[in-house]
Amino acid sequence: MNAILQTRDLWKAFGGLIVTKNVNLSLAPGARHALIGPNGAGKTTLINQLTGVLRPSSGSVWLDGEEITRIPANERVCRGLSRTFQINTLFPQLTPLEAVTNAICVRERTRLNILKRRFFRVSRRSAVIDEAYALLEQLNLAQDCLVETHTLAYGKQRLLEMALALATKPKVLLLDEPAAGVPEGESDELFEVLNTLPKEISILLIEHDMNLVFNFADRITVLVNGEELVTGTPSEIVEDPRVREVYLGKGH
Amino acid sequence: MSDNLAKASRHVSFLRGRERWKSAEIAFWLTLVGVYFVFPSSLVFASQILITGLFALSLDMILGYAGIVTLGHAAFFGIGAYTAGLMAAHGWHDPFLGLLVAGVTAGIAGYLCSFLLSKGGDLTRLMITLGIGLLLYEVVNSATKYTGGVDGLQGVEIGKLFGVFGFDLYGKTAYIYVLIISFLLFVFTRSMMNSPYGLALRSIRENQTRALAIGIPISACLTNIYSIAAVIAGIAGALLTQTTQFVGIDVLSFQRSADLLLILIIGGTATMYGGFVGAVVFLLAQNWLSNLNPQYWQFFLGILLIVMTLYLRGGILGGFSRLVNLFRHWRNKEHS
Ligand SMILES: Nc1ncnc2c1ncn2[C@@H]1O[C@H](COP(=O)(O)OP(=O)(O)OP(=O)(O)O)[C@@H](O)[C@H]1O
Ligand SMILES: [Mg+2]
Repeated sequence: MNAILQTRDLWKAFGGLIVTKNVNLSLAPGARHALIGPNGAGKTTLINQLTGVLRPSSGSVWLDGEEITRIPANERVCRGLSRTFQINTLFPQLTPLEAVTNAICVRERTRLNILKRRFFRVSRRSAVIDEAYALLEQLNLAQDCLVETHTLAYGKQRLLEMALALATKPKVLLLDEPAAGVPEGESDELFEVLNTLPKEISILLIEHDMNLVFNFADRITVLVNGEELVTGTPSEIVEDPRVREVYLGKGH
Repeated sequence: MSDNLAKASRHVSFLRGRERWKSAEIAFWLTLVGVYFVFPSSLVFASQILITGLFALSLDMILGYAGIVTLGHAAFFGIGAYTAGLMAAHGWHDPFLGLLVAGVTAGIAGYLCSFLLSKGGDLTRLMITLGIGLLLYEVVNSATKYTGGVDGLQGVEIGKLFGVFGFDLYGKTAYIYVLIISFLLFVFTRSMMNSPYGLALRSIRENQTRALAIGIPISACLTNIYSIAAVIAGIAGALLTQTTQFVGIDVLSFQRSADLLLILIIGGTATMYGGFVGAVVFLLAQNWLSNLNPQYWQFFLGILLIVMTLYLRGGILGGFSRLVNLFRHWRNKEHS
């Protein structure tokens, strides 16, 4: 298998509540993979186990052929696994420019000696700042990059979520409902950016809006009650009667 | 060179502007130099204010910048004070050696304590730091044979600086000594807080979940800054010992930790100068009001705290910078 990201028999229970049941997810390099499922299906919990925020009860997680199940969350980021959050998780009192510069400095920290990292001003690293600015520009945040994050409009904050994840230069990007809370029709900006990301970045997308999912994904996994119901191409998913049952509630 | 400057983009100069030494900062340090000439009879008190300011700066590093709350920071101040005192009482009279050993000792203590703090929320941290502070106080209190207990450590003899400048009764040498050490440590701290490392610390304070998600090793960073803050607190404690030639057990008291927290909050957190400004206001007001009537001080402090929390978020410096912004805004309007 040459999957870039993989779970093997992943299992997670909170007390008696099983939220991940034997999930075997596999992301091919360059994938545009969507993870869908009803509220409470366990999508976010799955992401949290992939990124190391939560420890699975059993099973393993593999990134680019190496097992990362026991590797700390920050180390997984350095290895190229990055994410956005369903609920804005930003640095309210930092400006977007500082926040993204911070992420790039963290990524590049091994290239600087400790003296420079500790005692040289951030502004001396103009290459990093320029890179941060370029990334913010790419995400239509150039106009707002010098004001504190908490003053930004909600939609802009969603874009900053993406900018921070991209600043780590991920191999695999996990997007937890990037358009959550953005009014219908205003998520175009976000998805335009998503569609321009290079194929070197493999993407796992959680999203409820089916139109967005079908436009974006080349593969879809449906998760129900923590269990993988089915994985397939968009057309296979549309045709699948079990999926229709879950989504349209056509019982019995 | 000027070509380079001209080319520096708006966003780079924005960050550069924030990190530059402002004229108000230079004025601040020059004023402290001026105190030496203007108030020659109050230099002992002035030294104590400076030492408290330096101590508050060390709290600012962990509370203001890294967001770690603590009620036991006096532990490290006390460790530094006793280390310097015990050394001087047992034949090592050189002040610089005293500072160095005190700083290292406090730093090691801080490093060890930091592992208790790297996990857990604010409440856990408050309780643990409080516990460490109380514990240490009691240990020093019981070890009467070595520390003098409640009577304090006697026989602290400090040698001359560079073998030349002795500590005089008026505190002239002491003030210059404290001022220079404080300034050096301030420059050290300032450059650290403006570095990529300082930015990472601030981001941990702002949001740990996100800081972790961009790859910051949070526990390592916190352990690290906690140890450095302990070093500076220890040096501040040693300065107090050396300039007063005595160690009282109150260097370890809960009151000291609590007052320090008030000083920093009154002055303003994460401003670099909040600790110094807070120390000036707090100690001057305390001195003046307790001279009028000891009860006035507690009363005034109570009112100040309530007003501060309700109306002056960000302390004196926070309020001041808002005033400056208002003034700029108003002037811009006038011009256009
Ligand atoms: N820390 C926790 N402790 C106990 N139960 C939890 C915890 N985290 C999540 N759960 C439960 O696990 C289940 C899955 O939650 P999760 O957030 O993963 O769902 P989701 O698929 O992301 O849903 P949504 O579409 O609403 O975001 C829910 O029933 C939730 O209540
Ligand atoms: Mg979710």
